[in-house]
Amino acid sequence: MNKNIYELLGLVVALSFILALKGLSAPKTARRGNLIGAAGATLATVVVFFAPLGKDSMGMAKTHHNTLLILVAVAVGVLVGVPAARKIQMTQMPQLVALFNGVGGGAAALVATAEYLNLGADASTAEVVATVFTVIVGCTSFSGSVVTFLKLQELMTTRPVVFPGGRFVIAATLAGVLGTGGWTIASGGNTPLLIMGGLALLFGVLFVLPVGGADVPIVISLLNAFTGLTVAASGYVLQSTLLIVAGTLVGASGTILTRKMAEAMGRSLFGTLFGAFTAKPQEATGAAETRSVKSGSPDDVAILLNYAQRVVVVPGFGLAVAQAQHTVRELADLLSAKGIDVAYGIHPVAGRMPGHMNVLLAEANVPYEQLVEMDEVNPTFPQTDVVLVVGANDVVNPAAKTTPGCPIYGMPILDVSEAGNVIFLKRSMRPGFAGIENELLYDAKTTLLFGDAKDSLTKVVNALKAL
Amino acid sequence: MTSMAILTIFALSIFVGFEVVSKVSTTLHTPLMSGANAIHGIILVGAIMVADGATNTLETTLAILAVLLATINMVGGFVVTDRMLEMFKGKPKVKKAEAGEAAK
Repeated sequence: MNKNIYELLGLVVALSFILALKGLSAPKTARRGNLIGAAGATLATVVVFFAPLGKDSMGMAKTHHNTLLILVAVAVGVLVGVPAARKIQMTQMPQLVALFNGVGGGAAALVATAEYLNLGADASTAEVVATVFTVIVGCTSFSGSVVTFLKLQELMTTRPVVFPGGRFVIAATLAGVLGTGGWTIASGGNTPLLIMGGLALLFGVLFVLPVGGADVPIVISLLNAFTGLTVAASGYVLQSTLLIVAGTLVGASGTILTRKMAEAMGRSLFGTLFGAFTAKPQEATGAAETRSVKSGSPDDVAILLNYAQRVVVVPGFGLAVAQAQHTVRELADLLSAKGIDVAYGIHPVAGRMPGHMNVLLAEANVPYEQLVEMDEVNPTFPQTDVVLVVGANDVVNPAAKTTPGCPIYGMPILDVSEAGNVIFLKRSMRPGFAGIENELLYDAKTTLLFGDAKDSLTKVVNALKAL
Repeated sequence: MTSMAILTIFALSIFVGFEVVSKVSTTLHTPLMSGANAIHGIILVGAIMVADGATNTLETTLAILAVLLATINMVGGFVVTDRMLEMFKGKPKVKKAEAGEAAK
């Protein structure tokens, strides 16, 4: 293929990515934006097979290698990626995104390593620096994403993991990574690069371990931006304008997005990453646990709801886990039919990520007009008779306002304690994802309904029909 | 390509990246992150370039593994983003207006 045409097509692809990100920022154009990005990526993948090849150092025209192998690898990748993306439960989607991000980072590190081997002694210092950067950040992103996956999938504890001297171990690992990086740049060769990659993998794990479960989305977003930058750096090594532009776009937009997410959760980025090292140990909750709570039967709850004027449902991740979206909608419909004003109060980070709950409820055909965002629903709680908290905990925990030093301190919450009655649907007294005791559970106006959310809601619906 | 040209492209891309997402609504944070995630799957192009020029077994193995991982990132990323967005269907405009009324 003619070199000019090849580069022109690369420009078209780069522009399609800009349009994709632009489209994804507005609800109306989001889906189209994503499709434009996908079309651009497909075009780039097809075109690269016809890339014009230069001449090698001997002046001989280069030839294509491994075309069949590449096609097989792409096919296998599609066969793995598409079913995973199609079949995943919407509740598990955040960890899938984390995994996709991780493999992208891993791919960038591998690309840089392979090109480094290929260039050998021909590599310029700038190219080696870019390679070192890509391998460090790519490996960190890969192993860090795997840990976020394990946390979100609850295959390991969701609480911050801090061990004695943790910060020194992290600092030492980082120093080791940078030291071996310098060694690689100074001396070349494969051994330093290999050691550096290994240390970077370790650093990724150590970097994410101290982050609490509720903050994991911010970390995924940050690692996503990191991966973007590694793509840009490998673009420099490979002399590909497209990779430089696309990678930088993701790096820049990912950084902004990370900041916005942190703002939406009322967290500083620094606090998210290093909070576990500076936070005071939580006060003993033993005293709280012996206090009594008021639990009610489904009939009690039905009566409370039946005589309410306004009911706000606060859905949380527990609702999604119990697949109770449809039942909660049935309950809401029933209440609406009785002339009761029903709304859903959606916390920006309800679920596992900003906007996650909107996606889950939309899947259950809950009408959009009933989904009310935090800033709009908060002033209405004093006029609300009953708040039904379904499988949510941290987003209504007053500790975020009253207990400085607790992991969620400063996060904006839904002020459900302003309402007349609060009903918690919970499986147990277990604290929420962030692992903090919720004072509201012991409040006099709170009624607890224990059991599986879907089960409990079905009983309430039946009791309500019988009234 | 000269270093200056690369630096220019890099700097301009940073500003474009900042600018295009500056007005994103909270609702779209997750799909936007997922979409950006899919876009960096473009490393697939780099992986193919390296695999294409690989001359020994080690390079080929690394590059082919990179092609596999990058394909999963790119294809899976776009598909899962589309699944999330399928549920939006451009209705939130109605939602904003009526949510405002509900708050009154």
